[in-house]
Amino acid sequence: MGISRRQFLGWLGAAGAGATAVSRAEAASNKQFDGYPGSFGILHDTTRCIGCRKCEEACNKVNELPAPEQPFDDLSVLDKTRRTRSDVFTVVNQFQKEDSQLPVFVKKQCNHCLEPACASACFVRALRKVKTGAVIYDESLCVGCRYCMVACPFNIPAYEYNEAITPRVTKCTMCHPRIEKGLLPGCVESCPKEALAFGTRERLLKTARRRIQKYPNAYIDHIYGEQEMGGTSWLTISGTHFSEIGMREDLGTQTASSFTAGPLAAVPVVVALWPVLLTGIYAISKRKDKIADEERIHAVAQTVADANEEMQVKLAKMKDSMAKEKEAAINLEVKRALEEAAKEAAESQQASEEAGSETPKEEK
Amino acid sequence: MPQETAQVNKSIFTPFNVIAGMIIFCGLIITVLRFTGGLGAVTNLDDNNPWGIWIGFDLLCGVALAAGGYVTSASCYIFGLKRFHSAVRPAILTAFLGYALVVMALHYDVGRPWRLPYPIFLSPGTTSLLFEVGLCVFLYLTVLFIEFSPAALEWLGLKKIRNLVVRLTLVLTIFGVILSTLHQSSLGALYMIAPSKLHPLWYSGYLPVFFFVSSVFAGLSMVIFEGSLAHRHLHHKMDETHLEESAGVALGFGKAAAFVMMGYVGVKFIGIAMDNNWHYLATGWGLWFLLELIGFVVVPAFMYAIAARDRNLRLVRWASILAVLGVVLNRLNISVVAFNWHLPSADRYFPSWMEIAISLFIVTIGVVVYRFVTTRMPIFYEHPDYEH
Ligand code: SF4
Ligand code: SF4
Ligand code: SF4
Repeated sequence: MGISRRQFLGWLGAAGAGATAVSRAEAASNKQFDGYPGSFGILHDTTRCIGCRKCEEACNKVNELPAPEQPFDDLSVLDKTRRTRSDVFTVVNQFQKEDSQLPVFVKKQCNHCLEPACASACFVRALRKVKTGAVIYDESLCVGCRYCMVACPFNIPAYEYNEAITPRVTKCTMCHPRIEKGLLPGCVESCPKEALAFGTRERLLKTARRRIQKYPNAYIDHIYGEQEMGGTSWLTISGTHFSEIGMREDLGTQTASSFTAGPLAAVPVVVALWPVLLTGIYAISKRKDKIADEERIHAVAQTVADANEEMQVKLAKMKDSMAKEKEAAINLEVKRALEEAAKEAAESQQASEEAGSETPKEEK
Repeated sequence: MPQETAQVNKSIFTPFNVIAGMIIFCGLIITVLRFTGGLGAVTNLDDNNPWGIWIGFDLLCGVALAAGGYVTSASCYIFGLKRFHSAVRPAILTAFLGYALVVMALHYDVGRPWRLPYPIFLSPGTTSLLFEVGLCVFLYLTVLFIEFSPAALEWLGLKKIRNLVVRLTLVLTIFGVILSTLHQSSLGALYMIAPSKLHPLWYSGYLPVFFFVSSVFAGLSMVIFEGSLAHRHLHHKMDETHLEESAGVALGFGKAAAFVMMGYVGVKFIGIAMDNNWHYLATGWGLWFLLELIGFVVVPAFMYAIAARDRNLRLVRWASILAVLGVVLNRLNISVVAFNWHLPSADRYFPSWMEIAISLFIVTIGVVVYRFVTTRMPIFYEHPDYEH
């Protein structure tokens, strides 16, 4: 490693000072964040990596992880592409390039995103980006929902699925506890080829750029992690296209939190607008009901009135017709009486005629 | 009603009871395994696939299908469609049970369930959509509990409290609609953080809109579906009003669902157009996507429309089954099928039988409790003391 312990402690102080100057919330937020100034990172140069797995071994040791099934000097492990697991915070994978005999080795671990998807996804803030640059995990808060694992674009966090009572999410800590003690991360310290370099992120970016400029044929002109998902503290440079060595190139440069910013921003809008709208709709429907009610009452009254009028007319008519009928009946009676009278008269006349006396004939 | 419980004393070994009993027995054993051996002992979850069907089915489908509660109470109390009144209580009951079971299922899925109050009371992670979901589900469960309580209070004969709660109906309904809008849409937004993992045909900036709109017709369809089931099995519990109104409810809800579903199809295609994802439609994923969208949304939408026009109750019921399946398919596609689509098949997830058994177990508990409540409390009929 190219840095002395004193230099390292100096950086640490600078990082601390820089960090106190910005007293932002340490958890991810919805605003663009370019990392804590002076925060640390690690640069992985795959062109230097020989796949010795010393970093894996060191990581296992400093994090006090259980011994692996196959020892670390057994390189046959490299035949299979692996991912991080609950008891393996970092793995080295081997990729065979088409145009060359030499394989490429790539170390994989948490990239310590500047705006970590995992931290923005965690609903108890168990994951945080801290001033050293590390993304660290607080076991005492974690509920075990595993949304961080869903969110991480690099598929890094692992889970202790076989723990019944105290399952944890696990991942590389960037050796945060060691950094705080002024020690180098275990993997960096143990790398025999300086394929891993520790320093402030700004400085590592410069180093990476210098190497790429100096040996343009040996490197792809891209620093993986400078922009990916809004930037990561862990940087990688390579002589092979990243997509060929198991690193996704389609992640884009937007931070994870930018994808969820829209829906989160919609919350206050819904909370503010919905009650107004809904009460409005309620008022309208209520009013509609009221108007309908009023109309109904009115209609009823109208029908009653109409009915009354009709009744009057009917009654009058009835009276009329009754009167007429009465009259007719009287007339009939009168007529009948008259007829009878006439008949009687005629009879008596006939009788008197029969008796021989002349009386004038009555006309009808 | 107490005098009607006499017939329960027949035999307890009915086919329903036997099957339900077996599922519950199995479920209890797996529960013990789950809490003594950890998630690994019973699930096929792994580091690449942290969420399985306990999230995809129990949470996502559970919440979507319980949307009938807010949809029905909103249409009755806010939109003033009084003819749907008799559908409100069954819908609220289903929603309450649905959410309670969702919360129960979460206790199986999260690693340390006793910490579930942490995000709300101890250390809220406000940048997380899961926080929003959690908070809203918690609040809404409370609202549903209060909304449902009059039925229980009438059963218990506690008039005074019951009348107090009934007076809160409008406020509760509005509160319920706000909370439902938020968490129904946030469930979709959960997946927005992982554009690199979800297939582009399902991933969209409109995910929250899709989830919210589909929850509306999921809720409507569920009310219809459940209504037809209840009719077959709980007919004797229904009063005149309920029986008279139920056909109108089914047809009215079917018609509403037809409109919402066509709107949903529209936004889905706008979503594809926005991201210019048309070329994916020609792939195998595209066919699967179209099957979901045409076979399980467009088709039932047309069935609903025709059924509403012809006043065909049977068709409405068939359409509701198809629509419910469609929502389930959509939620499973997003959470399981099209999630991690880029991984080699060896790394993909398929649920273990025990995961399926626990999901069945939870649904069964729901059905059993539903039967218990509806055969005792005034759900399908108005309590004689409180008729209005
Ligand atoms: S790589 Fe994954 S686990 Fe690591 S900080 Fe980024 S999002 Fe979190
Ligand atoms: S599993 Fe733990 S760390 Fe990960 S998001 Fe859930 S609560 Fe946070
Ligand atoms: S930084 Fe520490 S935890 Fe991370 S890979 Fe290196 S040794 Fe392991």
